[in-house]
Amino acid sequence: MILLKNGMVYLSDKNKIEKADVLIDKKVIKKIAPAIEEKNAEVIDCSGMHIFPGFVDLHCHLRDPGYTYKEDIASGAESAAKGGFTSVCCMPNTNPAIDNISTLNYIMRKARDVGKTKIFVIGAMSKGLEGKEIANIASLVKGGVVGVSDDGNCIQVAKLQLNVMRYASIYDIPMICHSEEYSLSGKGQVNYGPMSTKLGLSGIPTLAEEIMVSRDIMLADVTGSHVHIAHASTKRTVELIRQAKKDCIKVTAEVTPHHLVLTEKACDGFDTNTKMKPPLRSEQDREALFEGLMDGTIDVIATDHAPHSDYEKELEFMKAPFGVIGFESAFPVLYSTLVRDDKMKLEELVVRMTSKPADIIKKDVGVLKEGAPADLNIFDLKDSFTFDESEILSKSKNSPFLGMKMWGKIHYTICDGKFTWKL
Amino acid sequence: MKHTLNLTGRNVFDLDDYSVEEIEKIFETAKVMKEINSREYKKIPTLRGKTVATLFFEDSTRTRISFELAVKRLSADVVSFTSAGSAMKKGEGIQDTVYTLNAMGIDLYVVRHSCPGVPQLVNKYSNKPVINAGDGRHAHPTQALLDMFSIWEKTGSLKGLKIAIVGDILHSRVVRSNLIGMKKMGADVVVCGPRTLMPPKIEEVYGVQCEYDLKVAIKDADVVMGLRMQLERQNEGLFPGLGEYTSRYGLSNKMLEFAKDDVLIMHPGPMNRGVEILPEVADSEHSIIIEQVTNGVAVRMALLFLILGGKPGREVA
Repeated sequence: MILLKNGMVYLSDKNKIEKADVLIDKKVIKKIAPAIEEKNAEVIDCSGMHIFPGFVDLHCHLRDPGYTYKEDIASGAESAAKGGFTSVCCMPNTNPAIDNISTLNYIMRKARDVGKTKIFVIGAMSKGLEGKEIANIASLVKGGVVGVSDDGNCIQVAKLQLNVMRYASIYDIPMICHSEEYSLSGKGQVNYGPMSTKLGLSGIPTLAEEIMVSRDIMLADVTGSHVHIAHASTKRTVELIRQAKKDCIKVTAEVTPHHLVLTEKACDGFDTNTKMKPPLRSEQDREALFEGLMDGTIDVIATDHAPHSDYEKELEFMKAPFGVIGFESAFPVLYSTLVRDDKMKLEELVVRMTSKPADIIKKDVGVLKEGAPADLNIFDLKDSFTFDESEILSKSKNSPFLGMKMWGKIHYTICDGKFTWKL
Repeated sequence: MKHTLNLTGRNVFDLDDYSVEEIEKIFETAKVMKEINSREYKKIPTLRGKTVATLFFEDSTRTRISFELAVKRLSADVVSFTSAGSAMKKGEGIQDTVYTLNAMGIDLYVVRHSCPGVPQLVNKYSNKPVINAGDGRHAHPTQALLDMFSIWEKTGSLKGLKIAIVGDILHSRVVRSNLIGMKKMGADVVVCGPRTLMPPKIEEVYGVQCEYDLKVAIKDADVVMGLRMQLERQNEGLFPGLGEYTSRYGLSNKMLEFAKDDVLIMHPGPMNRGVEILPEVADSEHSIIIEQVTNGVAVRMALLFLILGGKPGREVA
């Protein structure tokens, strides 16, 4: 048994933070109350610290199988644990892609063996993520995927996307859409706007996202499928989703910490760690994303943790791959820039990183209450640090937040009643 | 020559790092260099013992030759690297290419590459001054300096001049550097071309005027600069064809009637005669296109001299 004493505990039932003790027995939270006494428990003094439900990430790339020099399931699980995550959903753009049962089984088995973080798998929408034929979605669902996506790619042909949604609509899983119209995004490197002009790089217009978001909202309406818009990045995307929700279409959405905090200005200087898809957008877009998050248009925060090795990122800007890592900076970045600056309540941030994403994949995780799985993390919010490459546990270090001072230092992560991270 | 400003060891990634005084100093130095280039024996010993590497990852003839001549006339040694036929073809990346050259003792790099930002990378890996000789469509600061020098030489100042730049603004690194430099030197700049060849928010980014009608753009202009129109843009669906382009944006005598009587005509080359500029204009008395090329060597000599800390001895008095 583990007894967490004197912490400020986020209580999922009340959506409130209160001082309490938490008793963990095996894999379950046994009791939450003031002043629990338990002789047989390992006692952790949590005075001055906050205890949250373990974070749930709907969107990450663990690169395993196929690109294990960037990340693998073990290093990804450790990195996630250090970020306070206890559940993550991995995207299917591995090699081979997760469009078949044996790859799915390989990941689920390895995830169980590693054990540090609960890993839920997103299956492919189209075979090989090629956007040509429907993947074996029925088999993948039976095998245990929690959603389907061609993330990284986007099915361009409307008819195929329609058929994917129609085919999968009989299952209760989200269709996770990476929205990008290729003829518009083209060879774009950064947001189409002042920064693409200044840097002389091809731009990715917001339209490339918005046209596909509007298409997929219409397809969700027609098919009755649940569409989940991955990494929303533009103002009009937020408006489209807001309207769709008013129209009672089954649509949810996520936003990444980097799109909430950074703008295209970060790309000035050709730092390839600011290169990702969708690209960092304008300040107006960033503000709209934040407003969308606050009014519930955007449901959750997801990292889009996308590791790339240093020799891939240390290249000409145009040649470097898209993507940034996110597990280990997600909470401290958002706590520092949103909660500490009084733009957002701490409880709200916790909900968007825990129970809301868990609802989307319909898993019983991300809550801190008696009887729930013992998935939680313990942060000292008064403790600040500089986000440094040498501290990163992911195999890759491609973060746009390197060198940033942040508040919220993680002291412990517990997943299924076991410590998965200790400072 | 007064030496109040020190440019020793500086990079030339683009002109936003340079002040008006520094640019004027480069012009003053270039004037001296131009005089040297007009002598029978066009060489001074000022950079003897220094080694410059020109790294041309992208094809270029005039810029590379201009730089090589500039290095040689200052008595420095020059080694030329072109990616064709190099170890890059064997998969060596920029990082290792630069480490390798640096190990052989290079004092300054001149870099041309099709990707924006590569001069900064070369500087990062070499820790030596880098002159950007064109990076993608991002910047071409030495071209901008020679363009501005060519105007400055004729008019004494860029302040208050109306300069119209016409053509494919979107794909032009020459324009971007010129806009930064010309605005800095106090000119009023108008960019003109088809809307599909105009980068977004250009007015906001550079504080220039944007016009789609050539007549309006060149009205009362002191300087009109044409840009190379590349046929491949037609295949990219950005404009319908050269015929319509020339009729709308080609620099002809008829069009130039709207400009000032003593308008200067410029072009960074290479020209498509009969497309963006008609021979009657390119070869007219208003044209300083050939002089731009002459000035290119002088301006590059000035930069090399100032950055590599050449001493103003007798030869550069």
